[in-house]
Amino acid sequence: MTLSTTNTTIPPPKAQKVVTQPGDRIFLGLSRGSGILLLVIMAAIAIFLTVRAVHAISHDHGNFLSTFEWNADQTPPVFGIAVLAYGTIISSVIAMVIAVPIGVGIALFISHYAPRRLASPLAYLVDLLAAVPSIVYGLWGAIYLVPNLQGLNLWLNEYLGWTGIFHKTDPSSSARSLFTVGILLAIMVLPIITNVSREVFRQVPKAHEEAALALGATRWEVIRMAVLPFARSGIISASMLGLGRALGETMAVAIVLSASPQLTIHLLDPAGGTFAQNIAAKFGEATDFGRDALIASGLVLFVITLLVNGAARLIIARRKEYSGANA
Amino acid sequence: MAKRIDVSGLTAYYGNHKAIDDISMTIEPRSVTAFIGPSGCGKSTFLRTLNRMHEVTPGGRVEGKVMLDDENLYAVGVDPVAVRRTVGMVFQRPNPFPTMSIYDNVAAGLRLNGTAKKQDLDTIVEKSLKGANLWNEVKDRLSKPGAGLSGGQQQRLCIARAIAVEPKVLLMDEPCSALDPISTLAVEDLIGELKERFTIVIVTHNMQQAARVSDRTAFFNLAGVGQPGKLVEIDDTERIFSNPSVQATEDYISGRFG
Repeated sequence: MTLSTTNTTIPPPKAQKVVTQPGDRIFLGLSRGSGILLLVIMAAIAIFLTVRAVHAISHDHGNFLSTFEWNADQTPPVFGIAVLAYGTIISSVIAMVIAVPIGVGIALFISHYAPRRLASPLAYLVDLLAAVPSIVYGLWGAIYLVPNLQGLNLWLNEYLGWTGIFHKTDPSSSARSLFTVGILLAIMVLPIITNVSREVFRQVPKAHEEAALALGATRWEVIRMAVLPFARSGIISASMLGLGRALGETMAVAIVLSASPQLTIHLLDPAGGTFAQNIAAKFGEATDFGRDALIASGLVLFVITLLVNGAARLIIARRKEYSGANA
Repeated sequence: MAKRIDVSGLTAYYGNHKAIDDISMTIEPRSVTAFIGPSGCGKSTFLRTLNRMHEVTPGGRVEGKVMLDDENLYAVGVDPVAVRRTVGMVFQRPNPFPTMSIYDNVAAGLRLNGTAKKQDLDTIVEKSLKGANLWNEVKDRLSKPGAGLSGGQQQRLCIARAIAVEPKVLLMDEPCSALDPISTLAVEDLIGELKERFTIVIVTHNMQQAARVSDRTAFFNLAGVGQPGKLVEIDDTERIFSNPSVQATEDYISGRFG
């Protein structure tokens, strides 16, 4: 009422009619439009991929899931994702087994152990590691890592060869194996895991750490009682981000791995392949149909990534009651 | 059992800033001693020097002696971790471990000490929760998260956690300032019971609380902003609140400043 007395252009307020400013309306339109645009783009990509993939798979003369080789351009086309799925998952698992403990360790060191003078340069160095392009990692892996891992390969073959996993069929063959790829991927995902975990560790409330200290906990016990449980879901998210990168990594794998349509438990053998590596290697020379087949394999990679993310969300949600978020 | 605290010439710093200057006092076993004084007078800092929590803050260091019976907490070679197992602490804001159940919260300190047998743990957890007047409220949901309790219950859970390891001394840093009056009363009643077994030191901004729960009261003050806090006087609570020997104390408790 006071408004209408001071400003005659504003009509008397009608019941239930909310007065909106033009600025509000413009921003509402903009943000709503952005949201809709995102959905449209996603739908377009999904429809495109699915149509092309279904076309390719329906003309596959092999079994798309269990065929080893990838000969989409021969007549009749025979191709399958068995080797690619296996190689992608195995190399990523190796990467996670190596990178998660080391990444969490570095993050803990930076956030809780290192003196401040050392912590910030170290954090900066880890950031720098994230800025290296993956093609550079690939070149470094092929030129430096592969010859230098030969010694480790032979050692593993000699002492752990009996497990089968570390058996090297031809000891003189090069180390362009899934195992080497896993190590390279571990180095590549280390910065993501470290940075995200470090941020989570920093957010642990001082009150929880002091509670543990006041009970007579040592520094390690404080970390075990107060820091790690609080940061648990954060560490899982960090690992999933890293896993996402490892699963989709293309160039570094394509350069290092000596690909072949072999599915072997012997991780040191130069054999196998991954989804992204296979697409990078075949796409340039593929016919239209061959490209559709590669798109189909990309779709499978997408589904795997989706499943991994879903599993992570489940793990986090299952113990929500106990998460630090409601403290 | 409860022990006597004898502080002499204690000065604490944050980096180059002197937070409290040359404090000496004796705290009798099985009594409640309250620290009162305006904000920034160093009473919380002093409290935290009594279990060597002060040095956890970056730049925090201490000069002087704190004797627990005949053992100097700041002697060379004394492990601060061992000190904190002897001198327990309850904080201003209830801080149960959010990721642990009620049971695990109380058992946390015991597990650190190596008490791992389920039976022993069960006994001590029950005893501690009873000691903190919380048992009847939580006995049916020991496996639920501690963070799901009300603020007052959380604070009593923290007290249960602190007394579970049988400390000699219990330090309380404004334990009721985040609680409603009814929860405050519950904690105050509890303090009255706990002093049968422990030496209790409590920092409080609530003068009525100091008068209600404590046997002795120490008044801290500071000359001005940036100046170190000092102990003005310590005496029987009754005397501090009726006939203090220093004018500044009377001004403070009668609300004339601070």
